[in-house]
Amino acid sequence: MDEDIPVIYGIDFQARCLVAQAAETDAIRFLIGTQSLKHENQVQLIDFDEDTNVIFRTVYLHSSGEIWNLSSCPFDAQLLATCYNEVSEDKSKLSSRASLWRLPESSSTERPPSDEPQNPVTIPKLEKLLDFREADNTDVVGVIFEPVSSRNQILTLKLNGLTLWDIDSALPSLNVKANIPVEGKGHIRVVGAKWSPHHSNSVIGVCTETSVRGIDLRDNKISFTIDNPHGYMTRQLDFNQNKPYDVATCGDDCTVKLWDTRNTSSSLRVLADHSHWVWCVKYNPFHDQLILSSSSDSRVILASIASLSSEPIVHSLEDEPGSQDPKEILPDGVINTYEEHEDSVYALDWSAADPWTFASLSYDGRLVINRVPRSVKYKILL
Amino acid sequence: MAHSNNPLDLNGTSFDPDQYLRKVLTEEALPDLIEHEIEMQQQIKSLDSDMQTLVYENYNKFITATDTIRQMKQDFGEMEQEMEKLASNMAAINQFSAKVNSSLAPNRTRIRNLSETHSILKRLQFLYELPARLKKCLDDENYRPAVLAYCKVRSVLESYRHLTAFQQIDKDCLQIMDTLKKALYQKFRRKSTTTRELAECIELFTMLQEPAEILCQEFLAHAEIRLLDDLQMLDEQLALWIDASTREQAADIRTFVDMGSNGFLSNVCLVVASYNDMFVCRVETNVHEEEQNEVAKRKLTGFVSNLMERYFSSAKQRILLETVMSSTCEIYVRALDRFSRRLQAIDRLITETDYSRVGFRMVQEAAALRCKLYLQHLNSQFQRTLTEAREMIAVKPTAIDVNQKLLLACVQKIHAKLMERVKGAQADLKAFVQPDVMFASNQTFHEHFCKVDVRENMVVAHFNDMLTICEELCQHGVDKTAGSTLLLLVLSRHCLDMNQSSMNYVMTLTREQFATNERNVHGVPPVLLQRAKDTAQKLVNHFVYQEGLSISQMIRKSVETRDWLNTTEPRNVRAVMKRVVEELTATDAQVGQLFEEGTRKEAGSSSSRRTRPSVAKSVSRSAKWTNYSPVDTSLLSNIQKLFSERIEIFGNVDFSKVSILTGVIKIGLKTLLECVRLRTFGKFGLQQLQVDAYYLQQYLWRFVSDENLVTILLEEIVSSAAQRCLEPVLMEQSVVEAICDRG
Repeated sequence: MDEDIPVIYGIDFQARCLVAQAAETDAIRFLIGTQSLKHENQVQLIDFDEDTNVIFRTVYLHSSGEIWNLSSCPFDAQLLATCYNEVSEDKSKLSSRASLWRLPESSSTERPPSDEPQNPVTIPKLEKLLDFREADNTDVVGVIFEPVSSRNQILTLKLNGLTLWDIDSALPSLNVKANIPVEGKGHIRVVGAKWSPHHSNSVIGVCTETSVRGIDLRDNKISFTIDNPHGYMTRQLDFNQNKPYDVATCGDDCTVKLWDTRNTSSSLRVLADHSHWVWCVKYNPFHDQLILSSSSDSRVILASIASLSSEPIVHSLEDEPGSQDPKEILPDGVINTYEEHEDSVYALDWSAADPWTFASLSYDGRLVINRVPRSVKYKILL
Repeated sequence: MAHSNNPLDLNGTSFDPDQYLRKVLTEEALPDLIEHEIEMQQQIKSLDSDMQTLVYENYNKFITATDTIRQMKQDFGEMEQEMEKLASNMAAINQFSAKVNSSLAPNRTRIRNLSETHSILKRLQFLYELPARLKKCLDDENYRPAVLAYCKVRSVLESYRHLTAFQQIDKDCLQIMDTLKKALYQKFRRKSTTTRELAECIELFTMLQEPAEILCQEFLAHAEIRLLDDLQMLDEQLALWIDASTREQAADIRTFVDMGSNGFLSNVCLVVASYNDMFVCRVETNVHEEEQNEVAKRKLTGFVSNLMERYFSSAKQRILLETVMSSTCEIYVRALDRFSRRLQAIDRLITETDYSRVGFRMVQEAAALRCKLYLQHLNSQFQRTLTEAREMIAVKPTAIDVNQKLLLACVQKIHAKLMERVKGAQADLKAFVQPDVMFASNQTFHEHFCKVDVRENMVVAHFNDMLTICEELCQHGVDKTAGSTLLLLVLSRHCLDMNQSSMNYVMTLTREQFATNERNVHGVPPVLLQRAKDTAQKLVNHFVYQEGLSISQMIRKSVETRDWLNTTEPRNVRAVMKRVVEELTATDAQVGQLFEEGTRKEAGSSSSRRTRPSVAKSVSRSAKWTNYSPVDTSLLSNIQKLFSERIEIFGNVDFSKVSILTGVIKIGLKTLLECVRLRTFGKFGLQQLQVDAYYLQQYLWRFVSDENLVTILLEEIVSSAAQRCLEPVLMEQSVVEAICDRG
């Protein structure tokens, strides 16, 4: 069986959110949050069987509203957080709420065949643990887990700042620990954030419409700023898991830009391969030669940035004595453009379990699971 | 007289009297006969008398002749006697002459001896007087006669030195000559001595048999001082030139080269010529001298090459410092020409050297540099033109019809400036290949200059640099073009023109002006043509990008800042949509100035202008929302997507008005779609959007190449909005139309 053939799956709803189940390191699993104003929304757990190329889906009801943001807890596979729109009774007001949920245990053992429509009545519900609700009821647009559970902290995004919470998931209980405003010239709107896995989890990368900045949680000071990286609108950022100062951003100028946070006056690299806004960018967490981006031109692009990777280009002396051939260096540039989607692709993620598998989700509900081409994989591994 | 054989002719030879008589008797009457007879008798008588006269005359002559002969006989006898007398006299004379000769012989030898003695005495006297004379000459600094005199006697003195009488003279002479030599050396070393005087000195020295080697050295040393002075002067000029503050005092390039040529080089020539005269070109009589010659030659070559090196380094610095501003091409070329001509003169003198080659290389370098300078000049002029163009566009009258042809004028101006400056540069550089310039006639130079320097390094390089400058304007995120997206459009047109004609024209011009023998290299390099086209494409793409962004910004703001849930029932088309259409109309007019209309897809034009049944259908479907799977609601648009090509938003556009406008509109509509998808709509919010979409549909079709594209995008917008709507109820199509017609 050719591994390079993409697996396409329809999830029946429009959706914007897709993340890998971060704590699950054995099976390739993704979580999807749907968006529908007319139906009960769902969180779907997608389980991809590498050997058979079959997708199993487990559906959980998320009755609170349409999901705009979804995050998976990196140290407890069953935990997830969503941001969703709550419509007021008279349908005149929307408010964005966030909650922490637990996946119910029971259904994971016996999966129904994936293509059989599920009876809405039998669909298990997500178990709500906590609401992230502050005193003034401000809208919450994102929930971010700390990469490693060391301090029991969790972060939520507001339009004009961040809130740091103390969490005790056993009780469970929640306390506001700090409010971190994100300020700047003119109108600032936070669109996303990432918790840097470096510097003992002290830095948060915050992405506003017109800037990207790093905020040091120890003293709430700004550790780096990238001004207006993408012209009109910046959509997303991602930290390189293997290189402490490397960050990728993407936005409405159709490019992905790579930066060194120590010198943000100019970017390290500009990847201008998309033909519309780039909504999502992700370093491969294991092999940072690889970077994925998705765009509203309905494409997903896998690119190589080998020259900026944490792995040395010159092969070390640890070569086994038998192999005389020098390592074939992976050239920089687009590796593959995936055209399976027919609508804007707002989300994608690498699998937490297999470094070569990734999923992308387009607005029309089409989920595509792809693998890094084998030739590239060998070039990186051998 | 005619000899007729007529026997009747009286005077003929074959006259027959009988026949004649018979004829007369038969033919004539008696009186006639009688008359005839009388006539005949008269004739006979006259003949007789004639005969008699002749006989008398001849007889007389005979008599005279006889007398003469007798007279001659007598005369000869006398002559014989006289001759005998003469012979005896001659014998007597001979005798006397021999006598005199013998008596004179002894005196003759004595006289000869005497005269010999006299000359010896004279010489002796000369010898004795010599020291005094030499002294006098020395005092008068009149060295030549002294040396000549000394040379005359030297051999004598040398051979008779052992005689006491001569010893003293010899000593005196030697002493004086030593002083003289010293004086000569002094003169030799004196700085002010001219080369001609030097040559004289050398000649004298040579006569005095001074060792040639020392002379060479002395000579060259002396020459060096003078030549170094010349070089020093050049260096001073160079220093003056290098220092910007004193540059005005410095001589210009032509004067500088003249200075070098007339000062240093002529002196070198003079030195070399006299050196050759004195040390090299003497008749080579034996091996030893030949060897000496070789040594002398080597010395000279070494000496000259040292100095020339310095000269070259000064000249090179000076020549290469020259800029376009400091001298015109013509003067520059004149200077170079003179420079290289002079070097040839040196080469002719010293056969071993090849300074003209060095000079030639320098000229080549200078020519190449000049072309590079022109390139810089051209580039900076282009930058200036760009600034001017930017200003020209920035003065943007509010009314569209006022600046109707502004962009076109701007393109024409840029084009004209290009032609002007390229022609100007070429006209200037033409000086390098004028037929009267010597180095221009060198085939290698000519080829290289025309092909590499002018064509490649100037014209082609200028095009490339222009394109690079243009490309830089296209960089995303660089706000160089702030407020002048129109410049992008203008430059795109310009690049396209270059691709289509200007480049070819300029290259043809170059070929005409700088003709080379090679045939196959003259066209515009295809790479360059392609690059011009690519740049034009990039520029127009960037224009679309910028224009699209400004439309997008308007749309984005309008969608993001509105509360779509609590909006009231739509009564008007939103103002922003009208502004979008206005902006597009303006852009359309501007693009129309520069680019052709382009082709449209004709399909379904009439239907879409009236209504949009397809949209209505899809919306009505999505309005039902009854089935479980909501994906079905956008089934229609999905099917449409299956059959239509993927819409590239920021893709390449063609060089035509509709294609450019289509590009801009695509960007704007896609933005609208994405923004709509991020909002949640109430019933009236959706209806407002429906009105807006219909309005756009009504106005945008005329700008685009494919109306279906607009239709599809607008359908997607409305259906997305419907999906994002809490209460998806669409407005009646007729009401929508009414609102749009009103507004």
